Amino acid sequence: MSSEVIGIWIGAILTLGIFSFLYKDNPFYKFSEALFVGISAGYWFVVTFWQYFVPKFWDNLSLAYSELLTKGRVDYHWIYLVGGFFGVLMLLRLVPKIGWLSRWSLAFIVGTTAGLQFTRYLESNGILQVKGTIMPLDLTYPKPFIAHTGFIITDILGTIWCNLLNILYTYSHWVLVVGTFCGLIYFFFSKEHKGVFGGAARVGVWFLMITFGALFGYTVMSRMSLLIGRMDYLFGIWLGLY
Amino acid sequence: MNETTNQEKKTFWEKLLSIDRRIIFLFIAVAISVPLFFKTSLDMPVSPVVQEVYNAIEKLEAGSKVLVSFDYDPGSMPELQPMAESFFRHCFRNNLKVIIMGLWPQGPLQANIALDQVFKDEDIKAKNLQYGIDYVNLGFTAGNEVVIDRMGHDFRESYPADSRGTPLSEIPLMRGVRNYDNIDLILNLSAGYPGTMEWVQYAVDVFHVKLAAGNTAVQAPSMYPYIQTGQLAGVLGGMKGGAEYEIALKRPAKAVSYMFSQAIAHGVICLFIIIGNIAFFSLRKKKTS
Repeated sequence: MSSEVIGIWIGAILTLGIFSFLYKDNPFYKFSEALFVGISAGYWFVVTFWQYFVPKFWDNLSLAYSELLTKGRVDYHWIYLVGGFFGVLMLLRLVPKIGWLSRWSLAFIVGTTAGLQFTRYLESNGILQVKGTIMPLDLTYPKPFIAHTGFIITDILGTIWCNLLNILYTYSHWVLVVGTFCGLIYFFFSKEHKGVFGGAARVGVWFLMITFGALFGYTVMSRMSLLIGRMDYLFGIWLGLY
Repeated sequence: MNETTNQEKKTFWEKLLSIDRRIIFLFIAVAISVPLFFKTSLDMPVSPVVQEVYNAIEKLEAGSKVLVSFDYDPGSMPELQPMAESFFRHCFRNNLKVIIMGLWPQGPLQANIALDQVFKDEDIKAKNLQYGIDYVNLGFTAGNEVVIDRMGHDFRESYPADSRGTPLSEIPLMRGVRNYDNIDLILNLSAGYPGTMEWVQYAVDVFHVKLAAGNTAVQAPSMYPYIQTGQLAGVLGGMKGGAEYEIALKRPAKAVSYMFSQAIAHGVICLFIIIGNIAFFSLRKKKTS
């Protein structure tokens, strides 16, 4: 039996172990879960050591040290000691008395990330998105579409659906502008949601609900995809039924 | 008599609302599994956002360099692996040069799996593609968005060597590639952070490189606003996006075959939602009366 076949069997048995939780909690599930958590932790430890610690810290410091030994020059690679110092401070969380020192590292991380992200978010997700909503509001008529599928029912349904999409597509700029404006009004709480203002807020709620519905639909599709992948593994790869 | 029937109906809806969740799990399992045995391919129209991804690759001249970033792990394989294979097929079919990298440690390994699959195709096999000349795998490097930023100045700052340890200067494909100025298109396959959003923020908006993406369905809705603004050329959203891309490529594969299961499962879920709503409103009517 090749290692590949053994791997497939282990994968299939552990998949069934995890699925068994859908019936009820049981030792088989607990074993599979514990194994998954343990292997993940071990895997990430190795990845962190070999992909982060060794190439980013150890190799750079070794380079700096050899430069110092061979050429007597203090080169810029010594800067990695700063990172190492903050890394050690993080580990001090394990020592309760001086655990507070780890906050320095966290402050450094939060500060650097905030500084780095601020301008990028502002431009990519702020300014450019606002600019994207400033659209010309056309009043052109959408071209009618008639579906030809060969069946009268699908012809009617197809025609209705395609024309609905066509209308939405033609007036997508209107949808975008109205949706953004009404959505913003909904979150404006300084004025009571009554009259025209309340109506606009209500339209905003509809836009929000449609958005949440679309997001939920996409999430369902994503989760179903994962389940399809597992089922394909069990029936196709493991059992070879098709 | 009417009252008795009414009573029975109400009891039925009450029973339906308190149904054991395991029965629903069973329905979903059957809805997902059974269609897999029928090798049915659903025909579906290619949406404009997917067509744009296809067009972005199609417009490139032979020999153009495409950077493909694999920012996902095996957990997202059912959604993203078919896209990866399609991307490779499209690029190799059009004689494009492919540079592979990953911001997730397992990403470049996923690329190797996809390459193995694509190299089984007769038309691709006939091209006798050479590592280092037609494609190269730079591997993973730590640093998330900082890697993207540094590559904008010089690839060697982030990747002094490829995944096999060969210095970039010794790889024929990488000669003449200094930064994004020498890349014609970036393709990103993303399942979260770091992913497409970071590529938009740090590569597209700073270095003005062209980017197309394939995302998990959970992530896809967050990416659509970038298309409207031109920050993204197009997006493949989840399994359906992957299936549409396979259809655009005229090479239906895994994603298309999975979509039948997807459609049946969605139908069953919709049915349950409708039944649940009817049961809920029936009971509410009963309570108010």
